[in-house]
Amino acid sequence: MIELEGLTKRYGDKLAVDHLTFQVRPGMITGFLGPNGAGKSTTMRMMLDLDNPTAGSVRIDGKHYRDLQEPLKYIGALLDAKNMHGGRSAYHNLLCLAQSNRIPASRVAEVLDTVGLTAVAKKKSKGFSLGMGQRLGIAYALLGDPEILMFDEPVNGLDPEGIHWIRNLMKSLAAQGRTVFVSSHLMSEMALTADHLIVIGQGKLLADTSMAGFIRENSRSYVRVRTPQPEQFKDAASAAGLSVSLREDGSFEIEGADMAEPVGELAAQHRVTLHQLSPQQASLEEAFMQMTAQAVEYHAHNLNDPGAAAAAAQADPPLAQNAPPAPGQQGQGPQWGKGD
Amino acid sequence: MSYPPQPSAPAPGAPPVPGAAPGAAPPVPPPPGGGYSSPIPIVRTHLGHAFASEWTKIRSVRSTMWTLGIMLVLVVGVGFLIALAMATDDWVGAPLLSGGLFGLMLGQICIVTLGVLVITSEYGTGMIRTTLTASPQRWRVLAAKAVVFFVLAFVLTTVACAITAVIHSSVLSGQTVPEYEYDDPMFKDSISDSGELVATGGQWFDATVGAALYVSLLGLLALAVGAILRHSAGAITTMVGFILLPLIIALFMQAESLKEVQRKLIEYSPLSGLASLFGIPFFEDGAVGGWGLLSLLAAVTGGMLLLAFALLSKRDV
Repeated sequence: MIELEGLTKRYGDKLAVDHLTFQVRPGMITGFLGPNGAGKSTTMRMMLDLDNPTAGSVRIDGKHYRDLQEPLKYIGALLDAKNMHGGRSAYHNLLCLAQSNRIPASRVAEVLDTVGLTAVAKKKSKGFSLGMGQRLGIAYALLGDPEILMFDEPVNGLDPEGIHWIRNLMKSLAAQGRTVFVSSHLMSEMALTADHLIVIGQGKLLADTSMAGFIRENSRSYVRVRTPQPEQFKDAASAAGLSVSLREDGSFEIEGADMAEPVGELAAQHRVTLHQLSPQQASLEEAFMQMTAQAVEYHAHNLNDPGAAAAAAQADPPLAQNAPPAPGQQGQGPQWGKGD
Repeated sequence: MSYPPQPSAPAPGAPPVPGAAPGAAPPVPPPPGGGYSSPIPIVRTHLGHAFASEWTKIRSVRSTMWTLGIMLVLVVGVGFLIALAMATDDWVGAPLLSGGLFGLMLGQICIVTLGVLVITSEYGTGMIRTTLTASPQRWRVLAAKAVVFFVLAFVLTTVACAITAVIHSSVLSGQTVPEYEYDDPMFKDSISDSGELVATGGQWFDATVGAALYVSLLGLLALAVGAILRHSAGAITTMVGFILLPLIIALFMQAESLKEVQRKLIEYSPLSGLASLFGIPFFEDGAVGGWGLLSLLAAVTGGMLLLAFALLSKRDV
């Protein structure tokens, strides 16, 4: 159980982390999602007492990190795969860390075996590939067999096999009742692993919701209809009890999965001409982008007219045409812990 | 090994926990006072574990082998060559063990480099973040580093100096001190009844333990500077400047009005203390001797270490 309360980090004028308050609960994977520069890593460094918060506090099972006597037995963290001494062997990198926490040397061999690095245990970690480095970092996180695990972008730069391995590892760790906190900037990755979701943008909390709730609210299926006879179509659909909404561009949206068939039949029945009848699915990625669009720090601008592009980016989130309105704007379910 | 989910009051307004492992062990009721009971027995770690950790670190990187190996080769090798060169003269005109200074002047750079690298390599590689998450009691990390490095540097430098001293005393022994040198304070107590040059017990101690202590302190100062600057090249440059610049600056202070400044710079330069410990002080009438300068170096080192401790506990890493 990790509790953040009003956690704030200010670098000069810039608020990197802005009054974050949330909890990370045991027995599940909590995804920590946000675009690049949202403050995820800064938050994680503050959780591990590497950076001092400007305000607020973090409690690990009710204690400050600095008061943990043998922190590796409480909490294991992978911040950056490169945070090892490259001139030292994988085994010795882990051994010196184990010794500082009274972890027996036999455990080092165990975790190296768990992550599949036994064969290169005596090799300098400098020569490791990104995936091997990531595995070494995970071995370090597992060293104390801790009940809380934190991974900062663990799948970054990994091949599909490595990604698959990390996903399964996290799931099995959570299934054992441990607290797993994992950051990512990829919604698709989170959708596959996380049970709970915490979204931040520009240091602010945007959402604190269960993954199931997020999917329910955001993965909308609907059918798009264009017709030269909008009035007739609307009347017919209303009479049939379908919820129809008119979009700004004059097309209709009918909520629900697999609605193309009944809608087409309905139109034929009422002799309404259709120019378009297409099933649509709004992706979670789109929902996430829309949520954080205002909070993305570095927009890619149109080279021809940077000023206008910047203004457009501010006013209108760059979205696929078919995306639903921003969940925040719609005032979705009760579990949205929306930041200000 | 598996841990049951810890009891926790859901946050107000928090959604129901979807993945709250059905079939997991029932939550343990929190102990009175709302504290937390960990499934892991917590035994207090102490400085001893940090020593073990730092010892593993220092012996498992190649830079330790290189710097200490080169130090040994320089001190003993240059000491041997100097001894051979001096042996060709009938009268060397210097205390018996003084020739060990030259090798150690070079060897001290190795100790300084290792002192810096012990801490800056952690910053350079990012290892420091891993180290400090494993040991959030940051002072303990720096203290263990300082002690492990200091002891290692001291033992090996003492060995190197002792070997050199033995070489010098055996190669150069049997020299007859000319009578005109009898009044020179440099040879006080080091002329035997038969008029031969010998080394007193004090000179042996100074040229081995004293010199090694001096160089190890310099290394410890380098470690403190490394912890403050957190940058290998910056810290090594600073230390080399600290050792050499006073003498180089003094070299160009030829104006009469600067004579006093020049003298002070030379007298209190780091090399002056080392030369004094080998019985060849820069000034015969110096206000402080070798051990006085060593105490001064110890005080400076202590001050910088305190600063390093303060900065380490305060800074973001």
